[in-house]
Amino acid sequence: MQTSKISKSMLICGISGFLFLYIPLIVVVLFSFNDSRVNVGWVGFTLKWYKVLFTDKELIQAAVNSLGIAFISSLISVVLGTLAGVSLHKYKVPLLSSLIMVPVAAPELLVGVSLLLFFILINFTLGLASIVLAHSAFCISFVAIAVRTRMHGMDDSILDAARDLGASPFKTFFLILLPTIFPGVVAGGLMAFTLSIDDFIITFFTAGPGSTTLPLAIYSMLKMGVTPEINAVSTVIIVFTLALTTIASKISPQLFK
Amino acid sequence: MAILEIQNVTKVFEDNLVVDNISLNINQGEFFTLLGPSGCGKTTLLRMIAGFTRPDSGKILLDGIDITDLPPEKRPLHTIFQSYALFPHMSVFDNVAFSLKMAKWDKSKIVSQVAELLDDVKLTKFAKRYPHELSGGQRQRVAIARALVDRPRLLLLDEPLSALDARLRGHMHVELVKLQEETGVTFIYVTHDQSEALALSSRIAVMNLGNVEQLDKPQEVYSKPNTYFVADFLGKCNLLPAKVIAIKANRITLCVADILEFELEMDSLNNITVGQSGWYSIRPEKVKAKRREPEDAELFFAKAIVHGYYYYGEGTLYIFMLENGTKVQAMLANYKTEQASFFEDNAQVMLSFDPQAGSFIAR
Repeated sequence: MQTSKISKSMLICGISGFLFLYIPLIVVVLFSFNDSRVNVGWVGFTLKWYKVLFTDKELIQAAVNSLGIAFISSLISVVLGTLAGVSLHKYKVPLLSSLIMVPVAAPELLVGVSLLLFFILINFTLGLASIVLAHSAFCISFVAIAVRTRMHGMDDSILDAARDLGASPFKTFFLILLPTIFPGVVAGGLMAFTLSIDDFIITFFTAGPGSTTLPLAIYSMLKMGVTPEINAVSTVIIVFTLALTTIASKISPQLFK
Repeated sequence: MAILEIQNVTKVFEDNLVVDNISLNINQGEFFTLLGPSGCGKTTLLRMIAGFTRPDSGKILLDGIDITDLPPEKRPLHTIFQSYALFPHMSVFDNVAFSLKMAKWDKSKIVSQVAELLDDVKLTKFAKRYPHELSGGQRQRVAIARALVDRPRLLLLDEPLSALDARLRGHMHVELVKLQEETGVTFIYVTHDQSEALALSSRIAVMNLGNVEQLDKPQEVYSKPNTYFVADFLGKCNLLPAKVIAIKANRITLCVADILEFELEMDSLNNITVGQSGWYSIRPEKVKAKRREPEDAELFFAKAIVHGYYYYGEGTLYIFMLENGTKVQAMLANYKTEQASFFEDNAQVMLSFDPQAGSFIAR
């Protein structure tokens, strides 16, 4: 048996690691069902905070903004990121393949400030459009990396074979290349979607009036203390993110190894 | 009649002359082999015929039409890749049907044509399987069916058997020759395996450093090599230093290894002069060894002693030493004995061979 080989101390370390990660989340989820205004002690089970949540027009608008931004920016980054990933694999320009890592590795604060300065410089009105552009800018890298990883395991000669058997470069891309790297494309797209929907810092710098996203709305609600309503909206986000990452890991398991 | 004409084709990769001004014609229905070590330019030449690489200069003509600038999808020829390059997300049927779909054949015609090809390679039962569900040999056969399904003018094979084990490879040799005879499609085969090339080809172009060193029938290339490289590359060979000491009509007299002297009949005396040095090449299996001098006036004799031997199963390779220390290899067929050797080390023997079985290679 595999489990018997793992020593007890290892098991304890593992479990405490997971507890450290998940207890705060579990507390938030539990208190979202607590029938009390303050987050101290369990009073009783209720769903009323979810009812409040789903009647809060501002919060719903913020959620709609977030979903819309996430959808459009992940779509943009899937298209551009896939092309970038394919080209990086094909042409192997040494500097370019490390440059693609910059948006992933750079501090978000830095990215946020520089994007803000850039938008001001070119006189771009801050709003939903600027957030979409900002999110696309860093999500492209994630998609490109996922696609490039996928292409690494691919036999390049299948592309030659397609041409050889009468397919134009265009048909080769859509009939052979895209289906082969599709798991990488989907995984990258889902990653882009979750990153966009969760993002606070970059959004904070690039948002304008009337373009509040869910993380921004939650942050402004926090100024009045951590309410059960925030617990409820956090729970919804946790479930949503978990679902997306689960789908991504099912589609492209090697990305999560 | 030439189906493919390669005219003065040259390719340079990063200051590396990979293909150096090659010209050759390939005839309709031939099993033509490009043979050479890795890096000799054989795969580059094949990729230029297929259209994946563009020559820097020169022309490639198919059926008299210049195809040098045509993209691969416009050329009526197909390639079988070393890795087979089957499309992993398509079933066997869809893989084989790919070129027909690209050429927009009728659905019903595609179904019957693919069925016929799958029957030819005995894979009818596997039509719905995916490449990862097949063995190496089966994948190989799918690749063959896929490349032959629309009856191309030419089939290019890029070391297609190198991934198979020796037994399966031998089996595929038979299949390939049969398939080539049945379909009548011209094959251009790339390999570094000299025995494969000798067994399969109607003609062989032996390549080295971007040049064709010799182009001829297998038996000619093997027994009458033109250059030192060809002699050395195509299996074991005795390459003894030799010097022309006389020329009379179409016969030359050679002094081999300083102590042997015999006459050799030449097909042509081009560029051969008295005093010219080079090598006398003779294959080990053409050299015989006996304890006593046999009675055959056709043969040439030389005294030698046994220096060592290697047991190869079907034969034993002896290293003999001539009186002045020159080593001569002889492959003796193990026709009766269960022993590994006929002779013990340092035994005195008499070597004999027909001078005409070897050839003179000018330096």
